[in-house]
Amino acid sequence: MATQQTQLLARTLLTPAVALLFIWMIVPLALTIYFATLHYNLLDPGSESFVGLENFRYFLTDPAFLASLQNTLVLVGSVLAITIILGVPLALLLDQQVVGLSIVRLMVIAPFFVMPTVSALVWKNLLMHPVSGLFAWIAHLFGLPAIDWFNDAPLFSVILIVSWQWLPFATLILLTALQSLDEEQKEAAEMDGASAISTFVYITLPHLARPITVVILIETIFLLTVFAEIFVTTGGGPGLQTTNIAFLIYSQALIQYDVGSASAGGLVAVVLANIVAFFLVRIVGRNLEA
Amino acid sequence: MGRITLQGVQKSFGPVHIIKGADLEITDGSFVVFVGPSGCGKTTLLRLIAGLEDVTGGAILIDGRNVVDVPPAKRGLSMVFQSYALYPHMSVRGNIAFGLKMAGVAKDEINRKVEAAAATLNLTPYLDRKPRELSGGQRQRVAIGRAIVREPKAFLFDEPLSNLDAALRVQMRLEVTRLQKQLGTTAIYVTHDQVEAMTMADKIVVLNGGKIEQYGSPLELYEKPNNLFVAGFIGSPKMNFVTGELAKQQGATTIGVRPEHLKVERDGQGGWQGTVAVAEHLGSDTFLYVDAAALGMLTARYVGELDLHPGDKVSLIPDPARIHRFDDSGKSIHA
Repeated sequence: MATQQTQLLARTLLTPAVALLFIWMIVPLALTIYFATLHYNLLDPGSESFVGLENFRYFLTDPAFLASLQNTLVLVGSVLAITIILGVPLALLLDQQVVGLSIVRLMVIAPFFVMPTVSALVWKNLLMHPVSGLFAWIAHLFGLPAIDWFNDAPLFSVILIVSWQWLPFATLILLTALQSLDEEQKEAAEMDGASAISTFVYITLPHLARPITVVILIETIFLLTVFAEIFVTTGGGPGLQTTNIAFLIYSQALIQYDVGSASAGGLVAVVLANIVAFFLVRIVGRNLEA
Repeated sequence: MGRITLQGVQKSFGPVHIIKGADLEITDGSFVVFVGPSGCGKTTLLRLIAGLEDVTGGAILIDGRNVVDVPPAKRGLSMVFQSYALYPHMSVRGNIAFGLKMAGVAKDEINRKVEAAAATLNLTPYLDRKPRELSGGQRQRVAIGRAIVREPKAFLFDEPLSNLDAALRVQMRLEVTRLQKQLGTTAIYVTHDQVEAMTMADKIVVLNGGKIEQYGSPLELYEKPNNLFVAGFIGSPKMNFVTGELAKQQGATTIGVRPEHLKVERDGQGGWQGTVAVAEHLGSDTFLYVDAAALGMLTARYVGELDLHPGDKVSLIPDPARIHRFDDSGKSIHA
C-alpha cells in the first residue's frame, strides 16, 4: 500500500519535468519534419507550399552533401585518433610523481575550458596566421616559407584546433583510469618479469580499454556537430573543403535562406548520427559491459 | 635451492626507520612466518626480499649471492599478494602463464606447466574463466598457481588469507602448508594472525617496531619467549602478567603465566584469589576472566566444561614450572 502510494506520488511529481522535456523535444522535431516537406525560402515569403520529399531529394543529391559527409567523417576520425594516441602517453606522464605536477595538470586541462570560438580565434590570428602568426615566425627562424594554413591545409588546420580542444578531455579520463589501476597488479607483473613495455601492453592498455571506449563515444557525439571552429576560421571553405554536415545545414538555412532544405538536412543528420551511434555501440560498446 | 640470508638489512622511508637492522638465516625448504602487529615492518621486510623496495643498508643473500641490486624478476622468487593481484582481463590460464610468457618459454612447455599447476590446485575446470567469475578461494588458488608455475627458489606470501572467510581460511591454511611440503620450496609467509603463524610455520620470526624480537620454532617461542613482547604476542588467549611483590618473590620484575597453566579451584584457599567477571563456555574449553583485585584481570583456560558463573569465587594456582620471569628491561630470565 505504502509502496503504491510512493510510486503514485513519484510519478505525479515527475510528470511536469518529463512533460516539459518531452515538449521541448517533440515541438522542434515536429516543426522540423513539417518544414522539411515545404517549399520554404525566407527570400520568397508567402510562397510556402507542400512539396513532399522534394527537399530531401535536393539535399541528398547536392554534391555538397557527399563532400561534407566525407569531411565530417574525416574530422571525427582524425580527432579521435589524435586525442587517444596522444592522450594515452600524456596520461602516463601525468601519472608520474613529479614536482609541480598539480600545476602541469591544470595547464594540460586548461584548453578544455576555453570556449571554441575563442580558441579558434587564437589559433587563427595568433598561431596560424601566415603573416603575424607564431608558426610563421618559427618557420622564418629556420628560413622556411610561412605556411598559409587555412588555404593550404584547411581541413587539417581545423582538425588540429579541435584536437587541441579535446586532447585534455581524453587525457583526463585516461588519467583517472590509470590512477585506479591496482598497484599490486603492476608489482605482480614486475615479479613476473614483465618489462615496462610488456607491462604497458599486457596490463595497462587492457585496463584502459573501457575508458578509451568512453572517450570515443562521448567525443563522437560532440565532434559530429563541430561548428564554431569552422565558422570562425574558414567559413566552410575554401570551396567545400572544411564544410561538415552541421555547417552545410547552417549554410542552407542562413546563407541560402532555404528553411525547407535545411530542415531536410537536419533530419538527414539525425539519421546519420544514429547510424554512427549504432555501429559505434556495436563495435566498442561491448567493452562497457561488466 | 632457496637459502635466504639477511645481513643487517635496513630500510628507511625518509627519516622514518622501518627496518632497523635485520639478521636472519632461512634454510632451504623451510616455511618461515613473519608475524607481528600492524606497522611492525613485516610486509616491508618481505617486499625488500622480493625486490619491490630497495634496501637502505645491509645485504640480502639468495643461495649465497647478494641480490640487493638485482631486479625482482631475476631473483627467482615469486609472490602471492594480499589482493591476489590477478590480471582481470586475462583468463586463469593467461594469468598463470604470464610469468613464463615473459620469460620467453616455449608455448608447449608453458601449456604443460600451466596444466600441471592447475591440476595440483584443482583449477583445471576453471582454466578458461576470467578472475571475476571465480570465488575468493579459487582466486587465491590462481594466485598461488601463478607463483608455483615459475618453479621459484622461494615463495613469498603477503597475508594471502586475510580476505577469506574464517572457514575457508582454515582450509586454505592446510592446503598451502601441504603444497609447500609437497614441493619442498622455501616459503616466507607474512601474517598478523599468530594462529596462522603457529600452525603453518617451521620457524617463526616475531617482529616488533622494525626489529626481530625472536626467531625460532613455534614451540620454542611458546615455551621460551625471549622477552615480554614475544610472550604476550604468542599464545591465545594472551599470557597473564603480574608485577609487584609477587614477582619480586620470584626474583623478577614481571612474571607471566599462560591461561592454560593456571589451575582453577572453586572457593579454593591457595594461589591467587579472585571473582569470575566473565565466563566463556565453548564446550571444549572454558575461558574465565577473573578479577583478582591487586593482580588485575587474569585469564584462565580450563579444558572441558566448568560450571562457573560471574560472581563465583575462585582461586587460580599457577603451575610453578611454567612461570616465565622477566627482568627490568623485559628480557626473559632463564633459570
